[in-house]
Amino acid sequence: MTDVLKINVMRLILAVAFLWGWEYAATAYKLSFYISRPSEIYARLLLWVGDGTLAKHLFVTIYVAISGFVLGSIAGLLVGLVLGRAKTLARVLDPFLMAFYSMPKVALAPVFVLWFGVDTSMKVIFVATVVFFLVFINTYSGVRNVSREQLTILRLMGASELNLLTKIVFPSALVWVFAGLRLSVPYSLIGTILGEMTATNKGLGYLLANTAGTFDTAGTFTTLFVIILLSMTFNGVVRVLEHVLMPWRIEHDAEEATI
Amino acid sequence: MVAGGGGLIRFEGINKTFNSGGRSLEAVGEINLTVQEGEVITLVGPSGCGKSTLLNMAAGLMKPTAGVVCYRGNPVTGLNRHVGYMTQSDHLLPWRSIAKNIAVPLEIKGLSRVKTSARVAELIDLVGLTGFESAFPTQVSGGMRKRAALARLLASDPETLLMDEPFAALDAQLRIAMQTELLRVREKFGKTILFVTHDPDEAISIADRCVIFSGRPGRIVRVLDTGLPRRRDLAKLRFEPEFLTLARGLWEQLTPDMHAEACS
Ligand SMILES: Nc1ncnc2c1ncn2[C@@H]1O[C@H](COP(=O)(O)OP(=O)(O)OP(=O)(O)O)[C@@H](O)[C@H]1O
Ligand SMILES: [Mg+2]
Repeated sequence: MTDVLKINVMRLILAVAFLWGWEYAATAYKLSFYISRPSEIYARLLLWVGDGTLAKHLFVTIYVAISGFVLGSIAGLLVGLVLGRAKTLARVLDPFLMAFYSMPKVALAPVFVLWFGVDTSMKVIFVATVVFFLVFINTYSGVRNVSREQLTILRLMGASELNLLTKIVFPSALVWVFAGLRLSVPYSLIGTILGEMTATNKGLGYLLANTAGTFDTAGTFTTLFVIILLSMTFNGVVRVLEHVLMPWRIEHDAEEATI
Repeated sequence: MVAGGGGLIRFEGINKTFNSGGRSLEAVGEINLTVQEGEVITLVGPSGCGKSTLLNMAAGLMKPTAGVVCYRGNPVTGLNRHVGYMTQSDHLLPWRSIAKNIAVPLEIKGLSRVKTSARVAELIDLVGLTGFESAFPTQVSGGMRKRAALARLLASDPETLLMDEPFAALDAQLRIAMQTELLRVREKFGKTILFVTHDPDEAISIADRCVIFSGRPGRIVRVLDTGLPRRRDLAKLRFEPEFLTLARGLWEQLTPDMHAEACS
């Protein structure tokens, strides 16, 4: 308990020292054009919260990121499960999937603008595509890594294919699925913000590009700060979901290490 | 194709040779053995002599290189669903609590929730896991995992039980309790049991017949008929002269070199 307190006090000191150093450097060396100042950022945050600017852009970004994330994860999960069980099909598709997987998805952004225009659906599809591959690859590996012994023992007990799927394949792939989901959180935000920077007039990505374009450094840093908060919130939600769906994993963490 | 002869499980001229990494290794061979229905057969022999391999073939997980395993007169080709298999490692599902692991075969059979939980409670009590129902397999001891696997096997209620060193991780009292339970189940439901063990006393005390193997490549060197009654008190048995004679015979069979030295 005292350990936790000590760590937290040290964190607080570090944060305060960092903010003070930042403020001091910006004022003393007249750097606020490049790095803004914590006090300015704070003031801007209050202003944007007050006049509704923040809510307007934030909700657009949240909407796109979450829709893309959910669509991409569901599709990735389903295709991963199916291909994980259908060995021949998986072998046929393997090189194509790998080729597509290894392409930097960011490069797709202009193509998506071409196909879907600049409205919200383009960004949702873009994010969904990025998330799809991460979740798909992880689910697929999870399904392929299911213990054959466990499957055999249940088969001897007379298990049907559906029994195997619900009692073994899905729960054992879940660990992998969550690895994919956790990876997908920052990517869904990257996708959304990138989409908003290239083509739109709303969302945090637009706000970022717009403030930077008009040399409004405080605005840019404020937007960055909000993006960090958003990303941390998404991560937190995924972690809570993980603990709820995989209780045996937390218990595992709480155990003492044994060999 | 129905081969002649009786018996529930027949190993006919079985040989199993593994080919791995360009090397071929004969695990076990020249096996002819007929297991009668309702019989308890123990398998003993040096590590690596192919005992688990024989169980795998009886369960239909592996094909013999030569020979045929018959179950009720029919050659075993695919998985043999008449048997339940308690493997050498427990293979419990880590994402299910102990109670939920034991419930798996009942769920597969489509038992109602109420009946399932009643049966699971019975089995938990039987194997002495009361208080650990909601623990996950990683949180209990090796012996407790073995007992959970045993309870799961009993829940699946197969006609024939294949058991690979099921009680190796248990203390002496618990082991006798589990052995007694196993014989009771056999007595009551007429189960057939193939039981691998490294404990010579266990190999005698629970067996109708004890099959002794040589080192790799595994061969049957002797089949010991214990002649012990079906109903026996395992706690007392170990002090009775007939048991001591049998146990001595088995020890001598398993460790001939030591005895040769002792005699010279
Ligand atoms: N799947 C496999 N592939 C290759 N070799 C195998 C395989 N399974 C078993 N073997 C080999 O066959 C031999 C017999 O193995 P098996 O597991 O049947 O022995 P065992 O009598 O059960 O030994 P133990 O008492 O140590 O459990 C061993 O030498 C082992 O290396
Ligand atoms: Mg073995």
